[in-house]
Amino acid sequence: MNAIDAKKATGIGASVRRKEDFRFITGNGHYTDDINRAGQAHAFFVRSPHAHATIDAIDFADAMAAPGVLCVLTGKDVAADGLGGLICGWMVHSKDGSPMKTGAHPVLALTHVRYVGHHVAVVIAQTAAQAKDAAELVNVSYGELASVTAVGDAQAPGAAQVHAEAPRNTSFEWELGDKAATEAAFRNAARVVSMDITNNRLIPNAMEPRAAIGEYDKGSGVYTLHTTSQNPHVARLVLSAFIGVAPENKLRVIAPDVGGGFGSKIFIYAEETVCVWASKKVGRPVKWVAERSESFVSDAHGRDHQTHAELALDANGKMLGLRVKTIANLGAHLQLFSASVPTYLYATLLSGQYDLPAIYCEVDGVLTHTAPVDAYRGAGRPEATYVIERLVETAAREIGMDPAEFRRKNFIRKFPHQTPVIMAYDTGDFDASLTEACRLIDYANFPARKREAEARGMRRGIGFSTYIEACGIAPSAAVGSLGAGVGLWESAEVRVNPTGSVEVMTGSHSHGQGHETTFAQLVSDRLGIAIENVEIVHGDTDKVQFGMGTYGSRSGAVGMSAIQVALDKVITKARKIAAHVLEAGEGDIVFEDGRFSVAGTDRGMAFAELALQAYTGHKFPTSEIEPGLKESAFYDPTNFTFPAGCHIAEVEVDPATGIVRVVKFVAVDDFGNVINPMIVEGQVHGGVAQGIGQALLENAVYDPDTGQLLSGSFMDYCMPRADDLPSFDVGMTVTPAPSNPLGLKGCGEAGAIGSPPAIINAITDALGIRDIAMPVTPERAWRAANGL
Amino acid sequence: MYQFEYHRPRTLDEVTALLARLESPKILAGGMTLLATMKQRLAAPSDLIDLQDIKDIAGISVDAKNVTIGAMTRHHDVASSKDVAKAIPALAYLAGRIGDPLVRHRGTIGGSIANNDPSADYPAACLGLGATIVTNSREIAADDYFRGMFETALKENEIIVRIVFPIPVQAAYQKFPNPASRYAMVGTFIAKTSAGVRVAVTGAGPGVFRMTAMEAALAKNFTAASIDGINAPTEEMLQDMHASSEYRAALVSVMAKRAVAAMLG
Repeated sequence: MNAIDAKKATGIGASVRRKEDFRFITGNGHYTDDINRAGQAHAFFVRSPHAHATIDAIDFADAMAAPGVLCVLTGKDVAADGLGGLICGWMVHSKDGSPMKTGAHPVLALTHVRYVGHHVAVVIAQTAAQAKDAAELVNVSYGELASVTAVGDAQAPGAAQVHAEAPRNTSFEWELGDKAATEAAFRNAARVVSMDITNNRLIPNAMEPRAAIGEYDKGSGVYTLHTTSQNPHVARLVLSAFIGVAPENKLRVIAPDVGGGFGSKIFIYAEETVCVWASKKVGRPVKWVAERSESFVSDAHGRDHQTHAELALDANGKMLGLRVKTIANLGAHLQLFSASVPTYLYATLLSGQYDLPAIYCEVDGVLTHTAPVDAYRGAGRPEATYVIERLVETAAREIGMDPAEFRRKNFIRKFPHQTPVIMAYDTGDFDASLTEACRLIDYANFPARKREAEARGMRRGIGFSTYIEACGIAPSAAVGSLGAGVGLWESAEVRVNPTGSVEVMTGSHSHGQGHETTFAQLVSDRLGIAIENVEIVHGDTDKVQFGMGTYGSRSGAVGMSAIQVALDKVITKARKIAAHVLEAGEGDIVFEDGRFSVAGTDRGMAFAELALQAYTGHKFPTSEIEPGLKESAFYDPTNFTFPAGCHIAEVEVDPATGIVRVVKFVAVDDFGNVINPMIVEGQVHGGVAQGIGQALLENAVYDPDTGQLLSGSFMDYCMPRADDLPSFDVGMTVTPAPSNPLGLKGCGEAGAIGSPPAIINAITDALGIRDIAMPVTPERAWRAANGL
Repeated sequence: MYQFEYHRPRTLDEVTALLARLESPKILAGGMTLLATMKQRLAAPSDLIDLQDIKDIAGISVDAKNVTIGAMTRHHDVASSKDVAKAIPALAYLAGRIGDPLVRHRGTIGGSIANNDPSADYPAACLGLGATIVTNSREIAADDYFRGMFETALKENEIIVRIVFPIPVQAAYQKFPNPASRYAMVGTFIAKTSAGVRVAVTGAGPGVFRMTAMEAALAKNFTAASIDGINAPTEEMLQDMHASSEYRAALVSVMAKRAVAAMLG
């Protein structure tokens, strides 16, 4: 294949098959559990069976005597070694200026347990089975206390207290927006539409459970941690700088193949911390692999908001203002991003796609005796989209306007657009995606389809969602001003080998996104080399200098942009070398389709030949140009990106059984430029499946009396299956993002953000009701359909 | 899972001898419930006695009157049997909707009815068709066999060897699966037999049960309308995080009517 054909087949815009899939589907991936180190021991965690209790004593003499047991470690050992606690990396302040409140989060619980599944002690033994058997012999004397698990109960007078440091279980009472301007908008409103909206709690359930292997090398004093992480460098930073397990230069963190994260593998948990720490204590590598039951209780959960929202309209249906009060469940402890999710990742998106002159939002972050709640696919933005899109659809119905027309009337049409809630949208065309989605679903003929369904005894409804999200997080100074403890740039290093093949070290981490393919496509496109000659290296702090990792749909917009900048530097240097080798002026060197040539002549050389020249150093002055060809870049974007689009769902409800079938689902998204349309479409499919899961099936339920997780297995926690879903109709519109050199906006979360309100809007339309709670189980739909 | 000893005898006599000798043995007849329970450490048998090598208790035979299914016959084999599909299509249909493909290739009919999960599908077919459960010591009519949640007429160490289903005039099964587990939240099996109409319900109550009022109404007039207003007793229905007893009771009626409608074509 020549360079031009290669670019067409594997460059930007080509639907290249994922390079990584062959090893995954043939069982040749290397997940953490596939890795075994010589002499490794196994950890099993003793977890709290209670939602809230004091730890009065821990007797582990019997466990120590059990076969194969090497040691039992408790919170006292953690304290004795002076390890710091697990941290929240984002500081949020209350309205009164006071910092968020929470209690310490020790690596192993010291005095109290605060949720079922809380990490109390660890047993390390020769085999995993021995560790598990011995863990049953650890006798923890608990003093049981009352608990509170529901978000709406946390602040009630007399509610059980999670941390003494946070009275009324309130970590923060935060606000955003202009209160006075919003009050004025409501005073002038011809109509106010208000709703109480619940966003149900979800459990991530990545296909691969969390796992870790900690290892200590006595000779060098270096620790190595293999772990299921979305951001190994951040894990190393937190483990060294905050928890103090090992200095950064003596800790290598490797996140090998990772089977899905959805946010839940961003955070630095107790288990991997213990594996690193204990490996030195027992003098052997220590491995831990979560059982699925452990994942349910100990992975960070998502969502769990209770909101009252009001929309002010003038007499013509023009939006005047939005007022929102949300109570967000943070769980028992603040995790890495817990505080940012229901605040800066939530309220900043409440303007949606609409020209809303005034917005005021208050968020109370509350602590409860449940697993920590943190970022989960979309992180704050699905919650914001759900609030505004449910409110907008309801408002349209109540003023008797077509929901598409009502949206059009209020769309933002001029860019850049400064919203009242921080975000400055830089580009978009909301009408274009709405119009295309209406065309794809054949909106005009919906009434005929509804009539046809009625004849079959089915109630058919249609629902819209025109969402916007902020991705590519993003400008370091901006997030710093909002309380982030880190910058959110990304790094890349492009290493050209003497034979012209290329290795790219990226700080992004792929755990399902297909970076090994899309990132290679960019390199193939820019350098005009075959995609097989490009290797994407990620997930190892020894190989990649630093990186912020993958979440918030940032790896294209930020991670690939860093690669693009590094590639620019490579080409700039290569051009200089080419000028010497081809004996021409640098200004006359043209680089096109993988070939350096002298303009207007047939003199030239392929990229691989240039690479060899760079490394031999024979034909250019190495006193002026260093030999070799390797460049790196740290890229910080100028703005967030704003993927936006329109999802439309059509559902049929069987009033006799309450079964809701999604019969049509259209997603038209504007992700800016697209590298690999097939992978983007796959991301949309997965996201929409998760969104439909939230709307119809998934629900994390704690028993209000005992604090036990009732939906603690797949027997009760309903994950979406293929036959729960329709065949999705995916379309795209494009307005390139101006904030990064590739014009990418990001596509990883949109499906989960846009789809839930479309589904609920469709169900409420079908049943002629104002609201119904997620997930719409058959019983909930049956009750609504029959007025029960 | 705790440690246990695994046995794989070849004859029923060996099974009986093992059962008599061992401390707290459990029979493994597919293990689709038992193994999951053991993995969660909720069951700790000292020994598992696997029946899969005992050949004369697996397989399907059909004669003019009965479909006979060996206890160790996998759900998939019943679902895909042309003979069963011809003689009692509702039974093949039911077997094809148990669990998922993995469960259907390991789970057995004997294991299912010995366990008598209140949400299992097979008990509805046994009771609905008036089957006979044949053990290594006697024959038990389905009406006498199912005794409520996980309770059966089986005595200690009694082993099911086959189930004999009389071929009905016509039958139908309608299942409303739990969205998460895909067990029956409500499953209604209706059969028209030479002896009358039988209506069996699984999933809804604390064990499979017959709706005799529906049977009487359908015997008089076999239409969906004839059972309108005949409701399962709400107070006796199960209630959990997935469905209230009121909803389950309503589904019993809906599923029964749909089964009747399916039979009327």
